[in-house]
Amino acid sequence: MNFLLCKFLEFIKTINFSEHIALVLFSILPFALILGFLILTVIGLVLFERKILGYFTQRKGPNRVGFWGILQTTADAVKLLCKENIEISSGDNFLFTLSPIIAFAAIIILWCIIPYNAEFNMINSSVGILIYLIVSSFPMLFHFLAGYSSNNKYSIIGSYRALALTASYSVPIIFTILSIICITNTMNLNNIILFQTKKWIIFSNILGFVIFYISSIAKLNRCPFDLSEAESELVCGYHTEYSGMRFAMFFLGEYAELFVMCILISILFLGGYLPPFNVYLANIFMGNCSLCRYLIYFEQTFWLIFKTLLIIFSIIWIRATLPRFTQKTTLDFFWKYLTPLTIINLIIITFMRI
Amino acid sequence: MDKMILNLGPQHPSTHGVLRLQVVLEGEHVVSCEPDIGYLHRGMEKLAEAKSYIQYLPMVDRVDYLSGFFYSYAFCNAVECLNHIEVPQYANYVRVMMMELNRIASHLLWLGTYLLDLGAISPMFYTFRERETILDYFEKITGQRMMYNYFVFGGVRHNILYLDNVIKIVNNILFKINEYENIITDNPIFLSRTKGIGIISKKKALDWAITGPNLRACGILSDYRMNMHIYDDIEFDIVMSNEGDCYSRYIVRIYEMRESAFIIKQCVDWLKSNKKIPEPSQIFLNNFQKGEIYSYVEAPRGLSFCYLNSVGESTPYRLKWRTGSYYSTQLLKELLKGCSLADIMAIYGSLDVVLPEVDR
Repeated sequence: MNFLLCKFLEFIKTINFSEHIALVLFSILPFALILGFLILTVIGLVLFERKILGYFTQRKGPNRVGFWGILQTTADAVKLLCKENIEISSGDNFLFTLSPIIAFAAIIILWCIIPYNAEFNMINSSVGILIYLIVSSFPMLFHFLAGYSSNNKYSIIGSYRALALTASYSVPIIFTILSIICITNTMNLNNIILFQTKKWIIFSNILGFVIFYISSIAKLNRCPFDLSEAESELVCGYHTEYSGMRFAMFFLGEYAELFVMCILISILFLGGYLPPFNVYLANIFMGNCSLCRYLIYFEQTFWLIFKTLLIIFSIIWIRATLPRFTQKTTLDFFWKYLTPLTIINLIIITFMRI
Repeated sequence: MDKMILNLGPQHPSTHGVLRLQVVLEGEHVVSCEPDIGYLHRGMEKLAEAKSYIQYLPMVDRVDYLSGFFYSYAFCNAVECLNHIEVPQYANYVRVMMMELNRIASHLLWLGTYLLDLGAISPMFYTFRERETILDYFEKITGQRMMYNYFVFGGVRHNILYLDNVIKIVNNILFKINEYENIITDNPIFLSRTKGIGIISKKKALDWAITGPNLRACGILSDYRMNMHIYDDIEFDIVMSNEGDCYSRYIVRIYEMRESAFIIKQCVDWLKSNKKIPEPSQIFLNNFQKGEIYSYVEAPRGLSFCYLNSVGESTPYRLKWRTGSYYSTQLLKELLKGCSLADIMAIYGSLDVVLPEVDR
């Protein structure tokens, strides 16, 4: 961020603006940038998923609003925001309103932890990955509270399914991250990426990648582990009673979480913003000019998002192909197979380090 | 643990209509289940007493909107037998062909919605794509996609049958069924959802009068197509499976579609080789016989009876339908006891219940 700060202050001096206000602005502006980026990404992502699912199932997907249906999700979002704010007559209205807000807010924090390129990393903490783990457990907790507060039987069932699932996928996720910390010797996300300059972690920890990938599908509450909102059994799971703005919060939050989780996968295993073969396209085409230095930042962001979209595509592919697990088989799968496998993986990685 | 009473339906995404299941839950565990039917009762049987035979004929398709031809056939057959109306062999073959096409369409819809119940979204679109080809053909022939009103007393409404289309459709579907099997049959998640789930024993199946594919999946050889005279000259195998669980019901239906395609091909061959095409039936009932009669047909959802009692008036004195789904629904009470919440949909879906057929 220092490089950006210097550039920003230089710019402020040229237009004769107060330096103190500029410093305050600099701590706010990136958040605004992230928020705007988040909303745009999520809207794009929903369209992306619907289009891909459409082509998987011999349809065209949304294609009416705007060119190639590009404004469809925007129209949906506007519709949801304009809807009447329905309060529930029985149940806890305070928690009912609070849950989507906090669940969404937690996801925004997750977005701020991510290093999008070598410079743009707002919360560059030495324990970034720990912050991620802690904050990312918030949405699930508030999904539970949402179901609990809406006083609906389907929601309650969805809620306790979500809790049971949380307990089972957390262990593999945490243990896999431990194995990565073991390899890289750091908890800073930026340093984890830089560690992979020579070799991506996926090559030294392939089992960990598979385990982390499966567990994050469960964490994202997506098929085949979408038990807490299994629409054929529970109508809509924990957000059965939600509508309008508050539903939109959950919905946007779900996709924002999908995106940020896939970013995390690409950071931990696929080298994050590093280009494949460690060669920047900007350097190939333009040599070592001064402009390249700026272009490389954009290219890093491009590579990060490119890898992320590939992972998201594979997750959508899985959704288009597989049926849903039941509660029992899911818990069996996580506790009986995945958790022991993770521990074995961790032990192997540790011994390799020694 | 406290027990929770959960009302699944009548407006629930996967009860395929308006079935209400009153389920007592203990966590995920189903303690007891009470199916509640009657939300789609249209009085098909009582209506028959107020309408003449010709007037009632178009309504018969609405007994089950997914397999209208079968009920149409059962009713026509009852009236024909009672009034001693001869049906030409040509019309019989047309009827068999149409009914088997309809059976494939019905099973395809079942396959798609069943996988949707299990949480897979794509197969529904695939099966609907193939079902569409059949419905398009029906539309071409009968003018309707669901309520055909094509069988009439003494034959079929007309004999313009685009037989080449049928061969094309059937070959395409035979090819696509293999594709479905590739994506579904060996899928471990599908196996874990269906194998050993919802087992109906032979005795239970017979006690509860289950018929059709559900009965054949229990290992009992029972197919009323064997006894129907219109199937006399047609070769076909009866598909059976021994386990009686959801998976064997799936397998039976998949193979039944292939068997139906085989029957259709025989019919098309016969119809093509037959040079003498009879005039379409134009029989007007004016001399009504007294008596009562049971006519039966092997519908996609089990054995269907049409009981017709006539006292020589222009309307039936009494008409009674026996439909397969009704008996499958009654079995739910025993079948769902002790399963988990997610299995409710797996079991209920596998029985292939269509609610209009239950309530009539």
